[in-house]
Amino acid sequence: MTTKVMQLPEEEYMLPGTRACSGCGLSLAYRHILKALGEKTILTIPACCLTVLHGLYPSTSVRLTNINTAFATTAASATGIAAGLKALGKTDYTVVGIAGDGGTFDIGIQALSAAAERNTDFLYICYDNEGYMNTGTQRSSATPMGAFTTTTPGTKLEHKKDILAIMEAHGIPYMASASPAYPLDLYDKVVKAKNIQGTRFMHINIPCPPGWGYPTDDLVKLGKLAVDTAMWVLLEIENGVLRLTGRSRSMARSGKKKPVSQYLQLQGRFKHITPEQIDYLQDWTDKRWQRFLQRHELSGTA
Amino acid sequence: MSKVQIINGNETAAMGAKLCRVQVIAAYPITPQSKIPETLIKYVESGELEAEFIRVESEHSALTVCISASTVGARVFTATAANGLAYMHEQLHWAAGARLPIVMALANRGLGAPWTIFNDMQDSISQRDTGWMQVYCRDNQEIMDSIIMAYKICEQLHVPMMVCFDGFVLSHTVMPVEIPDQKQVDAFLPPYVPHLQVDGPDPININPVMLADPRANAQGVSCPSYMGFRMRLQETLESAGDVILNVGREFGEVFGRSYECLLWEYRTEGADTILLTMGSLANEASLAVDALREKGWKAGAVALRVFRPFPAATLRQALSDAKHVVIFDKNISYGNEGATCTETKAALFEGGLRPTITNYIVGLGGKSVVAADLEAATIKAVEQKGQVSTPQWIGVAV
Amino acid sequence: MASKKDQFISACATLAKGEAGNTGEWRAKRPIIDLSKCTPCKKQKDTCYLCWLYCPDGTVKRGIPLEIDLQYCKGCGVCAQVCPTQAIRMEVEEQFVLSECVIQEEVE
Repeated sequence: MTTKVMQLPEEEYMLPGTRACSGCGLSLAYRHILKALGEKTILTIPACCLTVLHGLYPSTSVRLTNINTAFATTAASATGIAAGLKALGKTDYTVVGIAGDGGTFDIGIQALSAAAERNTDFLYICYDNEGYMNTGTQRSSATPMGAFTTTTPGTKLEHKKDILAIMEAHGIPYMASASPAYPLDLYDKVVKAKNIQGTRFMHINIPCPPGWGYPTDDLVKLGKLAVDTAMWVLLEIENGVLRLTGRSRSMARSGKKKPVSQYLQLQGRFKHITPEQIDYLQDWTDKRWQRFLQRHELSGTA
Repeated sequence: MSKVQIINGNETAAMGAKLCRVQVIAAYPITPQSKIPETLIKYVESGELEAEFIRVESEHSALTVCISASTVGARVFTATAANGLAYMHEQLHWAAGARLPIVMALANRGLGAPWTIFNDMQDSISQRDTGWMQVYCRDNQEIMDSIIMAYKICEQLHVPMMVCFDGFVLSHTVMPVEIPDQKQVDAFLPPYVPHLQVDGPDPININPVMLADPRANAQGVSCPSYMGFRMRLQETLESAGDVILNVGREFGEVFGRSYECLLWEYRTEGADTILLTMGSLANEASLAVDALREKGWKAGAVALRVFRPFPAATLRQALSDAKHVVIFDKNISYGNEGATCTETKAALFEGGLRPTITNYIVGLGGKSVVAADLEAATIKAVEQKGQVSTPQWIGVAV
Repeated sequence: MASKKDQFISACATLAKGEAGNTGEWRAKRPIIDLSKCTPCKKQKDTCYLCWLYCPDGTVKRGIPLEIDLQYCKGCGVCAQVCPTQAIRMEVEEQFVLSECVIQEEVE
């Protein structure tokens, strides 16, 4: 059963007054991720926005131990933590590596693939703001087609790398896709992932005001539109069985899906997207949605 | 009961790590070191060594695994060579800056391009700026002993160390090695007590972003800047010599082989011509000294055992009576000269000493260097009166 | 020589609120709650709290009445947008800053 608002722990693991931008999607997601993780968690975070959110020495905003690590290394760092704790007989910790799309799809993918192939016992969370936002909005392989970034100053010509398919190819026990616009769904998934052994992977949609070009107020509205258009899908894949959750599950039942243009037009980064690119995105979204629907039907939870 | 086994350098390194009861091993295979992870996994799977062996996908990840495992409190070990060491370069800086007592076995091998699988010291010498301590072994016994001493030194100083030995020359050559008794090693090397407590009562953010200036924490206490932390690493290394000597002396008391020295001297009494080397080449240098002495030369050999921290004062003393110093480098800092030559010159300058100095680049890419080469080079150097100031290369004739 | 007691061997940051300072100073707009429209306040029941749920910085304090920590609230406006009864409106920050300055002057 889905956790309700009043059932969420009130305790904040992220203290206010952080360096995150006003209205940061990561900040919202992180609040709830940390509530779900709780004590007995060791984090490892590469160079990225989250490093900055954690704060500059000698102070930190986050009430859990974190081992900062180099950009390419999140999954390897987590592997080392897990190995060290196991060697020391400290088995009651959850090891969590949290990286952005840059540190997951691009520079960090090798270490991630290796850790997943070994079924390393840790939770990997990718917060996807669809670009190298910490260094000023350069493109990553997670940037959607049609988006402006400083290294795709016209529009990006390639569409997003399918990280879920890549992670699925490793045969890991649990993967999920979530959004801070649906924090209860996100919270439940982190709690579930926490209690599974082996490599767990989560992919979270993170709207970013400076990177995406929208007024900070629209964070939740935009996050919900991503899901309503199926450009972002809330799902779980547990031992290869795919199941839609939350709003995406309701959409599967109702058959209602909004056109992608409604999501794209609210963001400044898509100002120069061409009609052909929008068509491509709509087609890609529709086809992927169909594949998810088919698999969801087979899951027995539709 | 100690016993002697005839084993190669790789097996020795693996055995040394086993005796030190390392808890997490992450090492990626690379010629000529592959036997090290292969031997260690056999120990782990047979139960001889209780450790987590992580089959990483690269050297960069190997050192990363060691870094975080060491941070949470495990004793760790890795091994690599050449391009593998180069691949983990950014993490070498990280490990030293993070003040972790990581020990690495390094089978010295030349770097591409072009490809070579054979021995030279360019790999480890290229990393001399990283903050890692470096020792160079003359034979397999020293590999064994240096690894055991390394943990004791590193865990006291909170600085990592690479134990370097010549690829193929030592890694693949069998020789008698006295295997220290496990109980004696346990007494010499107690379990690792980490500097940080990751499971302490208060959460900590380890190695965060830092500013250029000191900054006050929530309690108003001024905390160091980036430069302050880095200065502490340097300060530790500047005073590390005493710790290295003490551990070397203690090792001698327990195991019967003393390492209470930062460099080895061979027949340097009354010598006016000194051959300076590191690693296995020191053995050839000793033979060359014998040959020169036969000819009436007052020759001696000095071999650096510890290269980082650089033993400037000790080296100055060893070279204080030298009229000619002939420095053989199995490396070169391109655009300048061999690294040992530059560092020796600097050390001598401090003491106002001005022997003639001749630098020879030898053995790159595994080119064989024998005593006769060193002998001939020394004679030539003295004939030149040290007037050739650029490095001279031996053994490149087509 | 390194010593276990030397806390400046390993770089560790410790917990602090307001690591980036008083981030309330970032605001261009400040949230004002109309308690007469706020569901938990009206019903005197722990319910809704969507503003608390969705605040990216955790500056909304769950309770009756709801409070927003203005020392740290960055004025993103998410709470105002998600409130189902439009009980929160975003007001230009400048007017509050000026009036606080006036109060300061009067005191002096």
